[in-house]
Amino acid sequence: MDEIIFKTILIIIIFIITLLIALYSTWAERKIAAVMQDRRGPNRAGPFGLFQPLADGVKMFMKEEIIPAFSEKALFILGPCIAMITACMTSVIIPWGSELTIGGRIYSLQITDINIGILYIFAMVSIGVYGIMIGGWASNNKYSLLGAVRAASQMISYEIAMGMSIIGLLLMSGSLSLKDIVEQQPGLHWNVFYQPVGFLIFLICVFAETNRSPFDLPECETELIGGYNVEYSSMKLGFYLFAEYINMFISSAVIVTLFFGGYNIPFIHSIGLEQNTVAILQIIFLFAKIFFFIFFFMWVRWTLPRFRYDQLMNLGWKVLVPVAVANIIVCALFTTKF
Amino acid sequence: MNSGIKLKKTKREMFKLFIFLSIIMLLAAIMVVVSKSPVSSIIHLIIAFLAMAGHFILLNAQFLAIAHIIVYTGAIMVLFLFVIMLLNLNKENEPHKTLTTKLAAVISGGLLFLVLLASLKGVNAIKPLNKFDSSIGLIKVLGNELFTKFIFPFEISSILFLSAMVGAVLLAKKN
Repeated sequence: MDEIIFKTILIIIIFIITLLIALYSTWAERKIAAVMQDRRGPNRAGPFGLFQPLADGVKMFMKEEIIPAFSEKALFILGPCIAMITACMTSVIIPWGSELTIGGRIYSLQITDINIGILYIFAMVSIGVYGIMIGGWASNNKYSLLGAVRAASQMISYEIAMGMSIIGLLLMSGSLSLKDIVEQQPGLHWNVFYQPVGFLIFLICVFAETNRSPFDLPECETELIGGYNVEYSSMKLGFYLFAEYINMFISSAVIVTLFFGGYNIPFIHSIGLEQNTVAILQIIFLFAKIFFFIFFFMWVRWTLPRFRYDQLMNLGWKVLVPVAVANIIVCALFTTKF
Repeated sequence: MNSGIKLKKTKREMFKLFIFLSIIMLLAAIMVVVSKSPVSSIIHLIIAFLAMAGHFILLNAQFLAIAHIIVYTGAIMVLFLFVIMLLNLNKENEPHKTLTTKLAAVISGGLLFLVLLASLKGVNAIKPLNKFDSSIGLIKVLGNELFTKFIFPFEISSILFLSAMVGAVLLAKKN
């Protein structure tokens, strides 16, 4: 099998998995919310309401599409497209497992291992802001404009702390490639034990970057009706919501890859399994960890109240950035000393 | 023999990509100047920047490409868009320029174009001093260069950034 064919298949599989996980995250979110609020949640469509996301999807597609007469039409359509495309593009550099051997040839379970690694994800995230900004502006509605402005300023502010929080980790690993970073965490040598402060800052910033509660000010219902997506209907609204869930999935994957050993299973090589079996177990193990973090995102959403806007900015600029700088200095001293 | 043909083929493919990116970039750059609404200008500038990042990637300068996207496309242009959205610049309240200003702008622009053309007339095609090293833009090589050969300018610029940061904090504290 050719390398290109394998990669194409891998891309398609990952794309489908990403969409499926985003679809079922909506179901999981509603179920978890229900459990936390002592309700039953969706339980009509299929067993345990498992077909609910499909019903929701059909509903989204069937609804009448409204483009407001006072909006900038081209930009109005462009907004959700950018949000969705950039969300899907980030999965390219995540290593989903070590290697598969098919017919005597070794295939890496990572679509591409580019030299700049993690920076690519930052770039995609920073382009993703335009989806929200352009959509919010093109709607020509003051609430959506406010939501868009909030989203942009929040994401720019937290990008700085996010970038700084992983510098300590990069000083230790000496590589930007996610594959190298994963390979450096065998057994239980997870980066989270060496970089607890960096991990904490990164986690908080990820919540802000994905616009998840407690930092979901761009879509704050009580103040902005619905935020940047007020004017959107049918599948365009669906794209925005979907992009958020995809971002959540990819962020969980990045957190796991950077700080929780990625696809590594502790002590798997002492059992002496075949390489292919190990690779498949690794994928399952990675996804188990990712699902835990998706659950964590939802857990936080239904536990913590929303921040006020000035509190959000204070936390970002006056707490996270200085702590991240201090973390860099400490890590630099340690890495040169030992 | 085989690898030679393959190299030629990749070169041809890269040339096609180069032409493609250049066309996008030039069209977007023209649209930046031509388009009436400031927001559409900015969006075209973003497209031009992305095409430029593509050019960097064609040169295998991966770090430069990604830094370009993160810093210029992702941060500075967002701030531009931000300001324009808040100012709410419309066609109606944009000041109209008189015919004389327009004429003066055309003449001075044309003169600059003439000077550029004249200076390019006698130039031979530039020959590269060293053979092109495709690993030059990779992050490890770049880091080594920055921290050995170019350590002095690097440190100077970092002090410049630090002073800018301190200045910004001071200005914010004043109010």
